[in-house]
Amino acid sequence: MSSAKPKSGTSGAGRRSARPGGVLLRFLARRLAAALLLCVGITLVAFTLTQLVPGDPAAANLGQQAIGDPAAVAAFRAKYGLDQPLPVQYLTYIGNVAQGNLGMSQQSHRPVAEDLAEFVPATIELALFAIVVSLVVGVALGVVAAVNRDRWPDQVLRVVSLGGVSMPTFWVALVAFYLLSFKFDLLPGTGRLDPVMSPPPYTTGFYSVDAALAGQWDVMWSALGHLVLPSMVLAVYTVGMLMRFSRASVLEILGNDYVRAARAKGLPERVVIVRHVLRPAMVAIITVAGVAFGSLLSGAVLVEKIFSWPGVGQYAYRSAVNLDLPGIMGVSIVVAAVYIIINLVVDLLYGVIDPRIRLS
Amino acid sequence: MGTLLEVEDLTVWLATRNGPRKAVDGLSFRVDSGEVFGIAGESGSGKTMTAMALLGLLPHAARTTGRAVFEGRDLLSMRPRELRDVRGRSIAMVSQDPSTSLHPMLSIETQVTEHMRHHLGIGKSEARGRAVELLSTVRIPDPERALRAHPAQFSGGMRQRIAIAVALACEPRLLLADEPTTALDVTVQAGILRLLHRLRLERDLAVVVITHDLGVMSAVADRICVMYGGRTAEVGPRETVLTHPRHPYTRGLLDALPHPEGGAATLRPIPGSPPSLGAVPEGCPFHPRCAFAVDSCREERPEPALVGSDHRVACPPDPLGDTLGDTA
Repeated sequence: MSSAKPKSGTSGAGRRSARPGGVLLRFLARRLAAALLLCVGITLVAFTLTQLVPGDPAAANLGQQAIGDPAAVAAFRAKYGLDQPLPVQYLTYIGNVAQGNLGMSQQSHRPVAEDLAEFVPATIELALFAIVVSLVVGVALGVVAAVNRDRWPDQVLRVVSLGGVSMPTFWVALVAFYLLSFKFDLLPGTGRLDPVMSPPPYTTGFYSVDAALAGQWDVMWSALGHLVLPSMVLAVYTVGMLMRFSRASVLEILGNDYVRAARAKGLPERVVIVRHVLRPAMVAIITVAGVAFGSLLSGAVLVEKIFSWPGVGQYAYRSAVNLDLPGIMGVSIVVAAVYIIINLVVDLLYGVIDPRIRLS
Repeated sequence: MGTLLEVEDLTVWLATRNGPRKAVDGLSFRVDSGEVFGIAGESGSGKTMTAMALLGLLPHAARTTGRAVFEGRDLLSMRPRELRDVRGRSIAMVSQDPSTSLHPMLSIETQVTEHMRHHLGIGKSEARGRAVELLSTVRIPDPERALRAHPAQFSGGMRQRIAIAVALACEPRLLLADEPTTALDVTVQAGILRLLHRLRLERDLAVVVITHDLGVMSAVADRICVMYGGRTAEVGPRETVLTHPRHPYTRGLLDALPHPEGGAATLRPIPGSPPSLGAVPEGCPFHPRCAFAVDSCREERPEPALVGSDHRVACPPDPLGDTLGDTA
């Protein structure tokens, strides 16, 4: 925007495209600044919410006898800073968060940050696996449906996607578990690894990646194998959804003049679809995929339960029923941060796909 | 000048909610190599459908009959694969609005070179070199930099020049220009028309200009076909058709044009409106709006008949033949 020589009437060719790196960096910086602000806002919301929740952490965490003892309750409050005024509590909290200290879980009696470092990657690994599968399968089938509009492949796929979005995830999970794991023993059912294996050395928290980094190939295969069933179950809904959106998006793009122009150039239909149609269609698809990824994270709770997957959903559930405030806040912040990162990635992808967004 | 394209009895059926309807009805014309052939008519007269039919780009449910022989081969009976080798290679298209016909997300380089590389089998750097030449041919300043840019960074006139460069990339023999100047400012229009004129001389390129604008026609076309209701009303050399029209519809179109010497008072619109798809009247499609219509016009479908040198008119009563006199 700044050091522009004025756009001269009819010719204004690509001043900015001469320095694409700089443009992208500025774009990234703007988005990052906004994301940081959002993070602070989230800590505030998380903190306020915990204050609004009825229930007394002291009552929830001290035993029956200790509740009756005012000295014990006071000691508990003093230990966790619950006797301080609210703004002080918040400032203390945000100061700690900034240093990566999310407090001690009142339920596991370990630092929340440590707990999350273990549970969050498990869920993200699962959700990432599911979203990648969903994108590949969902977009491919959506394109097939759109290109064959109202012919039999479209009709068949319409039923498939309707089924995908209609079947409740817990039901799919139970059926898939029963058939594929229990009855026919095709895929490992529960947990992240075979029971006889020990987790790979911690680097990213993704067992499959950590095992590969450590060169433990049998552990990596086991980790990947354990991912298949739960991520497929998670993907059923998102495949159905992405398929419908891809179909609609591709159909909309197909009606454009520039698609007719691409065909008029005599390009093979494959090139027309992939280069000229799919690229603009991806803008809408990626928006939906970002939202879908978020819903995968939260939708994972049931799937984690059924497949005994030690993920953040299970952790959040345990924290909530035990009124473990540091745990709840830690989960809120991390999940919110993941959402922000997803949105950031989606925004960046827009810029990569559509030069007009980069340039405006 | 040999015949490059010979269209015979082209009929295009479009699928509508009420069944198939004729958008083009028995159209015949020829285009000689190196000439500019104009197809004129109001919107809905079948001009664009004619171009789409030649390129095999009609909507899915459309059907065509007739023949369109281009360099000895019938475009209408070609298999999709063969036709794809003709499209972009031997016959190229420039469409009305460059802000929608250029891909907004692909670089100019991709758009100018992709079909060149596909059809001519040349490498990236060779294609790039040719693209730079092409862009300078159509007078785009700083072609090297333009290749890295995207369509949004150019004005409408520049975009249409780029679209023309895209069309010319594989050195086609025939350019179908569908309303090439309609979306542009009047001042820019003249530049594009001059460019088309120059390219055609330099490259021995035949151009079919499709437009509703007889002003554009008179500036570029060697021969003109006036269409009405999917049919030929009149076809002939530019001078003849524009100065001594023999079809009442052509005459009406010319009377509806503003004349520099006449002012607004001489504007005479044609009463009524053109027929919509599927509602083309029996007999001569123009008869409900024609001041000279006689009984036979309501029943008999007029065929274009030779009335002078290379001048055909589909109006058997020929009411303008005597009153105005013909050059033939």
